[in-house]
Amino acid sequence: MTTATAKITPNIIADHGLTGEEYQLVLEIMGREPTITELGIFSVMWSEHCSYKSSRVHLKKLPTKAPWVIQGPGENAGVIDIGDGQAAIFKMESHNHPSFIEPYQGAATGVGGIMRDVFTMGARPIANVNALRFGEPDDPKTRHLIAGVVAGIGGYGNCMGVPTVAGEVNFHASYNGNILVNAMTVGLAPADKIFYSAAAGVGNPVIYVGAKTGRDGIHGATMASAEFTEDSEEKRPTVQVGDPFTEKLLLEACLELMATDAIVAIQDMGAAGLTSSSVEMSSKGGLGIELDLDKVPVRETHMTAYEIMLSESQERMLMILKPEAMDKARAIFEKWELDFAEIGRLTDTGHLVLKKNGKVEADMPVAPLVEKSPVYQRPYVPTKPQEDIDPASVPAPSDLLAALRTLVGSADLSSRRWVWEQYDHLIMGNTMQRPGGDAAVVRLPDANGKALAITSDCTPRYCFADPKRGGAQAVAETWRNLTAVGATPLAITDNMNFGNPQRPEIMGQFVGCIEGMAEACRALDYPVISGNVSLYNETNGKGILPTPVIGGVGVIADAAKSALIAFRQPGEVILLVGETTGHVGQSIYLRELHGREEGAPPPIDLAAEKRNGDFIRTQILAGNVTACHDCSDGGLLVAIAEMAMAGDLGATLRAPEKLSMPAHAFWFGEDQARYVATVTMGDADRFLNEAKKAGVPVTVLGETGSASLTLVDNGTISVADLKGAHEAFFPDLMSAGS
Amino acid sequence: MKAAIVVFPGSNRERDAEAALTQAMGKKPLMVWHRDTELPDVDLVLVPGGFSYGDYLRCGAIAAHSPILREVKARADKGMAVIGVCNGFQIITEAGLLPGVLLRNASLKFVCKNVRLKVETSQSLFTSQYEQGQVLSIPVAHHDGNYFADERTLDELEANGQVAFRYCSPDGEFGDEHNPNGSARYIAGIFNRTKNVLGLMPHPENAIEPLQGSTDGIPLFKSMVEALS
Repeated sequence: MTTATAKITPNIIADHGLTGEEYQLVLEIMGREPTITELGIFSVMWSEHCSYKSSRVHLKKLPTKAPWVIQGPGENAGVIDIGDGQAAIFKMESHNHPSFIEPYQGAATGVGGIMRDVFTMGARPIANVNALRFGEPDDPKTRHLIAGVVAGIGGYGNCMGVPTVAGEVNFHASYNGNILVNAMTVGLAPADKIFYSAAAGVGNPVIYVGAKTGRDGIHGATMASAEFTEDSEEKRPTVQVGDPFTEKLLLEACLELMATDAIVAIQDMGAAGLTSSSVEMSSKGGLGIELDLDKVPVRETHMTAYEIMLSESQERMLMILKPEAMDKARAIFEKWELDFAEIGRLTDTGHLVLKKNGKVEADMPVAPLVEKSPVYQRPYVPTKPQEDIDPASVPAPSDLLAALRTLVGSADLSSRRWVWEQYDHLIMGNTMQRPGGDAAVVRLPDANGKALAITSDCTPRYCFADPKRGGAQAVAETWRNLTAVGATPLAITDNMNFGNPQRPEIMGQFVGCIEGMAEACRALDYPVISGNVSLYNETNGKGILPTPVIGGVGVIADAAKSALIAFRQPGEVILLVGETTGHVGQSIYLRELHGREEGAPPPIDLAAEKRNGDFIRTQILAGNVTACHDCSDGGLLVAIAEMAMAGDLGATLRAPEKLSMPAHAFWFGEDQARYVATVTMGDADRFLNEAKKAGVPVTVLGETGSASLTLVDNGTISVADLKGAHEAFFPDLMSAGS
Repeated sequence: MKAAIVVFPGSNRERDAEAALTQAMGKKPLMVWHRDTELPDVDLVLVPGGFSYGDYLRCGAIAAHSPILREVKARADKGMAVIGVCNGFQIITEAGLLPGVLLRNASLKFVCKNVRLKVETSQSLFTSQYEQGQVLSIPVAHHDGNYFADERTLDELEANGQVAFRYCSPDGEFGDEHNPNGSARYIAGIFNRTKNVLGLMPHPENAIEPLQGSTDGIPLFKSMVEALS
């Protein structure tokens, strides 16, 4: 199938994931039967992964602009202005299918790929984040997948010397056959020195740098655009193999070159490798490009044009250089012992022309390849939101504190220490808040203590029960997490993980989530600046929970002012900011204690979200708050327990008098837009007054102290006991049976 | 004091080390690229953490044979101070500046966390600003930090006062549960016989500011500046 002379049969077309109509369009564009190399190029460029053909019409609904947005979606990563001449560059991307097939390399190359997206634009990566979803803990594959994915993420990020500072891990049966590995990188660049991918200058040389091209990863983008079946394991050869050492050299070489003015345009070779990089660069520049594939550095013999163009070998970049800067550039790459090959030139023909052994293997117009790529308005059925659950209809636990112990030790709420201790989260010396809090706080070098806050969030069970609400909640939760450390949220990246878009109910989930996200982004002035769509996350026709992962970035002027979740001192007042109705639908309490994953997710009041968040942020920055934590999964009592465990300090708590809901709904309900804060006794009155003035509901819950958590009239549990349960889940799971 | 940091392809904590040395010295150290065959005239060479040459073959093995390391070794033999941190410890051990070897962690996993270290001696140019027996909080971040040497070598190290730091509990107790990597006799750092060379797995350069969670690394750099200025 990879010989240049192969006849294009219906089977070959189907193997390339092209429909009959899509192939007709190919014929129309080409005006003749394509060569196999040309067909391969159409196939990857028009794959779901590269073309966003099912999602594009809906992605347009997301707000992408704000005065601080320098570059929105459409480049290798998004860029925001963070003041003082600095820009933050970030994006999240999935590597779901490869990670299920080969967890170590799949996850590792996901991390490598997203870092390349960021340093391609001129930024030094300063933080990595990852959002992971696995199947049920007792599914036979889960432990193997966790071990491989975590080791792969660590293996790549640790070697690159970029700290992995935040992330999330969820478990759910819907991911048994289709895990999610979403990796995000945040980089820092001078705001006036961002590098883009639009080629310019007819005659300018096209330069290939980095690792050599092999036969690995051919058709990775096509694989990522199809459902899984039992024989997916046979696709292991389509998973790329990472070499973080080469990428570290590539990073340093690129940044060294970027400090000069040699580069006209640059693009990393990610999904669809040399094909997408050369096509996208020439298309954005409105130019043609001619490549001599004999000059591409290869690590295997007898590679065909087809294989070279479709290889997804890692750690490679394509650049357009100023001709006069060639020698200087070559010297830099030689210093870093990397390949540097002039493989072609920009032309004014508007065509992509590929030559191999003196023969033209492809000659195709670039513009229609990109602009005429199919766009589908897939039929969709809006998801019917699940019904509200009356808190009074949900049984009370026999013991609230025993229930708390169960919750903090459960799969989704337990400590992730086992995971993040395998990631170097301290390198670069700027990690001011480590994993385990609401958001990581990473100080910027030479910026007088200014720092970025970074988080990722999504609550897939909410999205399943009510996609619109769930989409809004995911955005709001990242905003809240950034706010809880004292940062001003600025922008997000999204990683849309869904099932098969050709099923109307899946498309309905996608559309609902987008609508909810768009609403929250607008209300919170919090645009989307980059993202990635991963569809076909299904195995044997069973889709995952809709999982629109949101990566949020905010800024705080002085890292020293950021709030931590840990209780600090005994005798401080514990306050709840925000309103509690006792919303039990889709709560972890309902699922873990009563085995019911049902009901409507909590409503999202974006005005309250903004008001409460702006209030608590102001209080944190004014130094009036000694600790702060957002309330999310597990509800109020879980949030307080997390603060107690982080500070090794207990508390005495009282539910408000005349509670309008059952006690368990008050303590474990998952109402949104809430924070738990501690203040000193002396500051409490002032805090309450300020809240009143701002129209923010605040409830006094108790005070810190002792080594136990006491619920007045309900008993006591030691913080050490809670911590034992909280810390045990992961080590117990991962050592089981070994 | 004049100091230089040797940078290999794959080194990645050289900037952290630069920050710590700059803080202690009041000026920046020199950065020396691995292909240089001549060392500048300095009082101290720091071999930083990272994954020199991708940790291929064996951690530190390839860097240990680089031209610059031959020069470092020659100067160390004449008494120049050398400190190797993490991958730097692996490199100078591979180069024969220190006895023993760093094996894969007993857990087989990379580990990044703050550990407690007991200062075994303050009688060195690296540790004079600590009290003997003082317990420090310093992070580790490595996959291969499991110090191993034969029993006779370990006995000799102890007899000669060559153990610099050991992993311990917050109260200074020793035990396997406080040993992050399975190191023999809980050893976290050792000197050569003449005590002008120190290798250690933990990262004192990441414990130099309150916001980093510990400032226990500062005295190590201050000790060197005091001794070598």
